[in-house]
Amino acid sequence: MNAEAMPGYNYAYLDEQTKGMIRRAILKAVAIPGYQVPFGSREMPLPYGWGTGGIQITASIIGPDDVLKVIDQGADDTTNAVSIRSFFARTAQVATTTTTEEATVIQTRHRIPEAPLKSGQILVYQVPIPEPLRFMEPSESETRTMHALEEYGVMHVKLYEDIAEHGRIATSYNYPVKVEDRYIMCPSPIPKFDNPKMDNCQALQLFGAGREKRIYAIPPHTRVKSLDFEDHPFEIQSWDEACSICGSRKSFLDEIITDDHGGRMFVCSDSDFCARRVREQEGT
Amino acid sequence: MDAELLRVTGLTRYYGNRVGCRDVSFSLWPGEVLAIVGESGSGKSTLLSLLSGHLMPTRGEVSYRDRDGRWLSLAELSEADRRRLQRTDLGVVHQNPRDGLRMRVSAGGNIGERLMALGQRHYGRIRGSGLDWMERVELDPGRIDEHPSAFSGGMQQRLQIARNLVTSPRLVFMDEPTSGLDVSVQARLLDLLRHLVSSLGLAVVLVTHDLAVARILAHRMMVMRGGEVVETGLSDQVLDDPCHPYTQLLVSSILQA
Repeated sequence: MNAEAMPGYNYAYLDEQTKGMIRRAILKAVAIPGYQVPFGSREMPLPYGWGTGGIQITASIIGPDDVLKVIDQGADDTTNAVSIRSFFARTAQVATTTTTEEATVIQTRHRIPEAPLKSGQILVYQVPIPEPLRFMEPSESETRTMHALEEYGVMHVKLYEDIAEHGRIATSYNYPVKVEDRYIMCPSPIPKFDNPKMDNCQALQLFGAGREKRIYAIPPHTRVKSLDFEDHPFEIQSWDEACSICGSRKSFLDEIITDDHGGRMFVCSDSDFCARRVREQEGT
Repeated sequence: MDAELLRVTGLTRYYGNRVGCRDVSFSLWPGEVLAIVGESGSGKSTLLSLLSGHLMPTRGEVSYRDRDGRWLSLAELSEADRRRLQRTDLGVVHQNPRDGLRMRVSAGGNIGERLMALGQRHYGRIRGSGLDWMERVELDPGRIDEHPSAFSGGMQQRLQIARNLVTSPRLVFMDEPTSGLDVSVQARLLDLLRHLVSSLGLAVVLVTHDLAVARILAHRMMVMRGGEVVETGLSDQVLDDPCHPYTQLLVSSILQA
């Protein structure tokens, strides 16, 4: 531990008792994939909604040997990603990176990196609303009972409503999944494009909701199935365009408005993936 | 005659020292409609909650005979089994449709919810059942995608009935199903209920303070007062020849049109 770096603060900001408590919650979450474990969420030097849950998990699992990558909407260079990265660089003296393969811990908001995750990596999600049943059932005690008894019919009512209204399942992000055939889980607001990446993933996936005080997890090699109907199977987004920077047709694209005259371009939301493709193309 | 569907013995519920209902015993047979009548505070709704397993009795027992002929004690079932039973074999039609419907979900979603809870995962078939049931409760199937808030009180009540009947329950509890409706709408709903009950062979426990409703729908009647059953018998018998002074008072207080 390096006490000089931040005098008056413990390593990685949180005190050791808090880290212990959060690690116990993480262990329980890993033991029961998809189950929301309550934990004593702390005040962080960051507003709710900016990743207080994710940052507490990262603070509890990070060590001096780790290499941290932080992304927000897929990009390494957005305000939130830059701040959280420098927060841990200062408080935990960890090396940081923007390269997915080099990172041991990746904290993310709204995306899973395009590059496949490897065994040994940990993906930490920032979660605003962890309860998938919340929009159908406002009562917390009732939703807990429903999880306990596996009463998940209402989740399909939500998808039914989508098809009735739009002719297809129009939910495009935070698309509910069933983990290891048991718990229904919010994947956090990632696009449904990323849902298949959660299935049988080699990395450990941890989810932290700071305001709602819940931690849940998907251990490596766990089945994660997106909910659907037999006659309306789950499908991911696709684009007619390719990325205007790297030409990718396989990645998740953001639409960017470029002027006031209807000009627009599509670019990869994963900035690391895009930049590497450009480097490779220039290299050849 | 078939065996009973529901057997109730010595059912008692206290709220602290106050009596909710005391020592109620009766049996209900398949296809039978039993009305529980009495003034406000007589224990009707407490009894209904006990019967439907939403409230646990202080003493006594409610036993239900399932489709395989086994007797199940509602209080002894695990919560999971009790809730499954409530979703499949039992139904509850609330006085206020807002208590029984999901107001932010379309009519079709409301009707389909129980099917999806039972594991149906085919959108087309679930929607087909929704359309079919809209028609059976005399709602315009063209309005299947509208929210219940766009429906009138009588239509909401019909929707609530469809939502319950879609899994072919054997026993439906109704708490004042017609009391919030005006007279002509009430009459049509009663007509519909009578038709559904006889065509589906449904057993119904109907709570009402309206003796006319009880007379039209119910085969048998139980009169409650102060948490106890004071008189029971065939509907016509109780209404035409009331024995207990309280029943006599009730019958004589009906306004003659």
